[in-house]
Amino acid sequence: MGQIEWAMWANEQALASGLILITGGIVATAGRFTQWYFGAYSIVAGVFVCLLEYPRGKRKKGSTMERWGQKYMTSVVKLFGPLTRNYYVRAVLHLLLSVPAGFLLATILGTACLAIASGIYLLAAVRGEQWTPIEPKPRERPQIGGTIKQPPSNPPPRPPAEARKKPSEEEEATAAGGSPGGPQANPIPVTDEVV
Amino acid sequence: MGNWVVNHWFSVLFLAVWLGLNVFLFVDAFLKYETADRYYYTRKILGSTLACARASALCLNFNSMLILLPVCRSLLSFLRGTCSFCSRTLRKQLDHNLTFHKLVAYMICLHTAIHIIAHLFNFDRYSRSRQATDGSLVSILSSLSHDETKGGSWLNPIQFRNMTVEYVTFTSIAGLTGVIMTIALILMVTSATEFIRRSYFEVFWYTHHLFIFYILGLGIHGIGGIVRGQTEESINEGHPHKCAEYFEMWNNHDCRCRRPEFEGQPPESWKWILAPVILYICERILRFYRSQQKVVITKVVMHPSKVLELQMNKRGFSMEVGQYIFVNCPSISPLEWHPFTLTSAPEEDFFSIHIRAAGDWTENLIRAFEQQYSPIPRIEVDGPFGTASEDVFQYEVAVLVGAGIGVTPFASILKSIWYKFQCADHNLKTKKVGHAALNFDKATDILTGLKQKTSFGRPMWDNEFSTIATSHPKSVVGVFLCGPQTLAKSLRKCCHRYSSLDPRKVQFYFNKENF
Repeated sequence: MGQIEWAMWANEQALASGLILITGGIVATAGRFTQWYFGAYSIVAGVFVCLLEYPRGKRKKGSTMERWGQKYMTSVVKLFGPLTRNYYVRAVLHLLLSVPAGFLLATILGTACLAIASGIYLLAAVRGEQWTPIEPKPRERPQIGGTIKQPPSNPPPRPPAEARKKPSEEEEATAAGGSPGGPQANPIPVTDEVV
Repeated sequence: MGNWVVNHWFSVLFLAVWLGLNVFLFVDAFLKYETADRYYYTRKILGSTLACARASALCLNFNSMLILLPVCRSLLSFLRGTCSFCSRTLRKQLDHNLTFHKLVAYMICLHTAIHIIAHLFNFDRYSRSRQATDGSLVSILSSLSHDETKGGSWLNPIQFRNMTVEYVTFTSIAGLTGVIMTIALILMVTSATEFIRRSYFEVFWYTHHLFIFYILGLGIHGIGGIVRGQTEESINEGHPHKCAEYFEMWNNHDCRCRRPEFEGQPPESWKWILAPVILYICERILRFYRSQQKVVITKVVMHPSKVLELQMNKRGFSMEVGQYIFVNCPSISPLEWHPFTLTSAPEEDFFSIHIRAAGDWTENLIRAFEQQYSPIPRIEVDGPFGTASEDVFQYEVAVLVGAGIGVTPFASILKSIWYKFQCADHNLKTKKVGHAALNFDKATDILTGLKQKTSFGRPMWDNEFSTIATSHPKSVVGVFLCGPQTLAKSLRKCCHRYSSLDPRKVQFYFNKENF
C-alpha cells in the first residue's frame, strides 16, 4: 500500500459528496421540508465543494488524467496558495462544511460522505501529500516521419541489448534445454529462413 | 453503420432486453401502488411518492440480483466451455461481463437516488400528518395506535408527535440499513472510477468488499414492514371508496364503516438476492479451494525492462491459449489477487506468466524474486479463465496486435500454433498469422524468441488492413488486440471500414482483451 495517494480517492469522494449535498439540498428546498433552509445551505456548500474539488491534483508518480475543462478552475484554486495546497486545511474545511447539513435528513447523507472525504484527506495530509496543479503542457509540434525509426545496423541473429555484453555463443544455443538465464529455450531448433 | 450492427447485434439485443425489463418492472410496480385499493389510505397521506419509492425498490431488487452474476468468473468460464457449440457472438458476450457489471451498478445508483428522494418526501409527509391537529383524514389515519393490545394496526410509522424524521430513520431497521447501504454504495463507486482503479488498484479492491454490507443490508431492509396496506378483512368490511368520506364517524358504533386496519408488507428483497448470493459464495469457495493447491515454481527468469517470467506447475492444471490466471503471493499481500495472461502454450509441460513492474504489488513481487539468497516466495494460482484469445484458432486468418506487455496473450498463441504445425494438427483452421508486436525499447521479441520479420515504427493500419482484405477476399479475419484504448479505437474503425457488407466476403471481427 506504499504508493497509494489517498488524496486522489479523497478528491473523488469529496466531489461525489458535493453532488449529493446539492441534490439533497434541492429536494429539501423544493419540497419545503421542515427546516428547509438547511437545504438551501446545503446547495451552496455543495456547489462550493464541487468547484474546489473539480480540478484534480497532479500525481507524484505517473501521468494524471485531467477532468474535462478543469484548467479554468485550476487557475482559480491555485490562487489560494497554501490554503488549497495543504490537505489539513481541506480536511478541516470539509468537516466544518458538513456539520450544518447534518441537521436535515435530506442532506445527512451528504454530511456523512463529506465527513468521510475529510477523514481520507486527513490521512493524506498525515502522509505528507500536497495538491499540485496540473500545468498545461506546451504543444509539441508534430514531426513528420517521427515514428519512422532506423533499422538496426548489425545483421541477424541479433541478441537483445543487454545480452550483447555476454559472449555470442549464448545466442547460438537454441537447442532444447538451452541456457538457463537466456530469454527463451526454444523446444525445437530454430533456423533462420532468410526471406 | 451496417458493420457495427453486424458485429454488435447481440450486445444491443441483450441491453435492450435488460433496459426493457427495468422499465417494465418500474411501470408495473408504479401502477400497482398508484391504483390498488390496499394502498388507498396510504396514498392519502403520501401521494404518488409511495408508488415512486416502491417502483424504484423493485428495480433495485432486480438489479441487485443481476450485479453479482457477471463477477462469478468460474461460472462464466464454465458457460464458455460448455457453450463451444454456441455461436461466436454469444460467447463473445461473456467477455463483456465487467461492462455489464458497471451498467447494472449505474442503474442501481440511479434507482437508489429515486428511492431515497421519494422516501424523503414520504417521511416528510408522514411527519406533517402526524403533527396535524385539524381532524382531517390524514391526522386520524396517523393517530391509529401502535399498541397491538388495543387492536391497533397503525399506518403512520411516526409514533409520537415530537418524533423527528431523523430519529425515526436511525431507529428503524429500514432507515438504518438504508443509510449504511447507501454509504457503502457511494464508497464503492468513488473508489471504482477508472482513474482510481488503474492507479491504485488496492484501494478499489479492498473498498469494493463493502458490497457485503450492501447485500446484508438489502436482505434485512424490509423487515420492519413500514410500507403499510389495508388488510383484506378490513377492505371487505368497509371498502375505502365507500368509507373514506365518513372518516369522522369511524368511532361511532352505529356507523357501518369502522376504522381501517393495516398490516406491513413482508420483506421480499431476500427472495431476489438469495440465489446469486449462494452462487457467489460457491464461486469464492471454489476460488479458495483452487488456490490452496500446491504450485511448484520450476523456473524464474528476469528479463530486461523489469519483466519477471515464472514457469510453474500445478496438479490438474490444464489451459487453452490466451487464458489468464489470478495470482496471489501471501508473503506480499494475503488478500490480493492479480490477473496475468498465460504466456506458455498448452502443449508445454509447464505454464508461465510474464509480470511487468506496474505498481506496488508487482514491484514487491519482482523484488522478492530478485533476492538470490532468500527462499522463493510461495505463490497461489486460481484459474485458468477464458478470454477472447481462445477463439483465435477458429479464424482462417488472425491478426494479433499487442502493445508493450500486451503481447503476452499472443506469445501463447504463436507458440501453440508452432507446436500444432509441428504435429500437423488438422483442427487448426488458422492458415496465416500476422503478429504486430509494438515494443517501445527493444527490437527483438523477448517472449517467444521467434525469428520474425521486423518492421520499425508504428504500423499504418489502413495499409495493413487493405492488404489483408485484398489477399484474403473470402475469409473471416479475427483481429485481436491487447493494448490501450486509443489503439482499440483505431483498430475497431479499420475493422468496420474494411469488412464487406456481404457476409460471404471478407469479414473482420474485432476482439479486445481487458482487465
